[in-house]
Amino acid sequence: MSSKDQIIQAIQKVKSDNKTLPEIPEFRVPEDLLATFILSIEGNKGQVISKEDFQSWMEEKGYSKILSNSERLEVSSSQILPSDPHELAELELAILDGQWAAAENGAIWLDDTQLKLRAIPFITEHLVITVPESNILGNMHQAYEKIGAQHSGFGVFIAGPSKTADIEQSLVIGAHGAKSLTVVII
Amino acid sequence: MSHPSKAAEFLKDQAKSHWHDETLWFVRDKRDKISKSIPEWENLRTIASGLKDYVLNNLDTLLLDFEANAKKNGIHVHWAVNAEEHNQIVHSILEKHDCKAIVKSKSILTEECHLNPYLEKRGVEVVDTDLGERIVQFLQQPPSHIVLPAIHLKKGDISEIFHEKLKTEKGNEDPTYLTHAARLHLREKFLKAKVAITGVNFGVAETGEFVVCTNEGNADMGVHLADVHIACMGIEKIIPRRKDLGVFLRLLARSATGQPITNYNSHFRSPEPGKEIHIVLLDNGRTRQLAREKFKNSLKCIRCGACMNTCPIYRRSGGYSYGSTVPGPIGSILSPGIDVKKYSTLPFASTLCGSCSDVCPVKINIHEQLYEWRQEITKANPDMAKGMSMKMASGIFTSPLAYKISGSLMRKSLKALPKSIIYNPLNVWGKERDLPNPPKESFKEWYKKNRP
Repeated sequence: MSSKDQIIQAIQKVKSDNKTLPEIPEFRVPEDLLATFILSIEGNKGQVISKEDFQSWMEEKGYSKILSNSERLEVSSSQILPSDPHELAELELAILDGQWAAAENGAIWLDDTQLKLRAIPFITEHLVITVPESNILGNMHQAYEKIGAQHSGFGVFIAGPSKTADIEQSLVIGAHGAKSLTVVII
Repeated sequence: MSHPSKAAEFLKDQAKSHWHDETLWFVRDKRDKISKSIPEWENLRTIASGLKDYVLNNLDTLLLDFEANAKKNGIHVHWAVNAEEHNQIVHSILEKHDCKAIVKSKSILTEECHLNPYLEKRGVEVVDTDLGERIVQFLQQPPSHIVLPAIHLKKGDISEIFHEKLKTEKGNEDPTYLTHAARLHLREKFLKAKVAITGVNFGVAETGEFVVCTNEGNADMGVHLADVHIACMGIEKIIPRRKDLGVFLRLLARSATGQPITNYNSHFRSPEPGKEIHIVLLDNGRTRQLAREKFKNSLKCIRCGACMNTCPIYRRSGGYSYGSTVPGPIGSILSPGIDVKKYSTLPFASTLCGSCSDVCPVKINIHEQLYEWRQEITKANPDMAKGMSMKMASGIFTSPLAYKISGSLMRKSLKALPKSIIYNPLNVWGKERDLPNPPKESFKEWYKKNRP
């Protein structure tokens, strides 16, 4: 008997009465979605700026190795999209478009369409994600309602920069992935 | 070694154990604050618990759906009845790809299977990439907490081992400095690894996808740079629908660390072009636990660690005192299911205060199961839990006169006795405890004077 059959049979032997699958009701969401979203991102140690401020932010930072997949911001990439992500090991800034965001926790959804190469938001030293204000939802239930039917091979909720508190619970930003997250509201 | 004797080891360094206690309580406090910021918190817990009830009652069909959908998406699905088979499967994938070095991100399941020593014996370098896990790996220790693997260590310990392994400055204990040294060291490993192993937080039957949550981004750094991703998953990690993730992701990080969500929540549905994803579905005693009516709810666990942070025993005895892969209250009801002899003292490492059940995001009745395990263990081994003191107490409680005399004697002697008698090595109870000031009179005496 295969391992699969063994496991399935062991489960079937002890099957009890059928339970019903709980439904998930609609919950109340914060009234000011943008303000809540900004607070959430800041709590996650990211920052939020407006589209108007983006240009001066770029000038101030002066990054030179840039890869942008954004269709919402006009930035010229200094790096072409490689087929091998290892070529992005020195990438300083990646700019990506977010699809949907949840105000309650700052989570922003992106999938293969926006990422193009899955390693980008993780391997880059700094990350910018654009979010249209109208795409900010209340909570995760609403977010899954929006993305529920999508069939992307990979999708991710990103809510802040890479962080850790594994040394004496002291928060340190920039563990392995992006050392900063800047969200640009469109 | 029993839980009490290992707890005593931990308590030798009083300053450190005190810090451990307070730090975990701080995390528990953060969890309280953030859970209260969501009015529907209790409702979410009830729904999550109900979803897991459904899962436990339909595990066969959900697993078969999951497999069928994952295969449709181009994912290779393997089944393992035990740890040995799990390790063989992982090793055979590595051999096929001629891989001698892998990166791994936090997976309690691979700890449970002792995958690292299995692979190392076969010439494979295993690098744990979660910072806390890398630290304990350097020290050749297992994690002491499922979410905070190095919580038993102070920055001085970490500075020392990093100086030895990563050539950081001697004596530099700055967490930022040490973390960034680990970043550089691990980046090199990420860039070289051909195969990455991760755990799984949730597997979705409806879509065949699985979800991995981290704050560091280490799981993603590993898998997106590697050619092959092996995801190791316990069969109980299945959930029915994609939308159920909304419930669980809202509960998980809030319960674990008091943050609203982990910063990276990755959903893997099919491999990137030219790459491979493998899932290993592991039983290893889970179906046995499922068959135990009183204990099957323990399989609802989503590994948030909230029960550890709140537990007065865990906080004061440290993760290693449990000697099991999953420590703390949840570990004390899971582990006896795996080996009741080896873990016979764990269900007694509890005050049965019920705080673990109160914070559990999927409402596992942990403290009731601890009590049930005590019954099972005592039935199987009647000598257990009947030390001299218990026998003495039973003598006193059965005779009203003895009870009365012993009470007033005790009130007097508590004041008069030198500490050396209460805190002598024969009195296990006196260890790490201080006695209260004895009241002048018993409740009975007080009641006689004050009753209306």
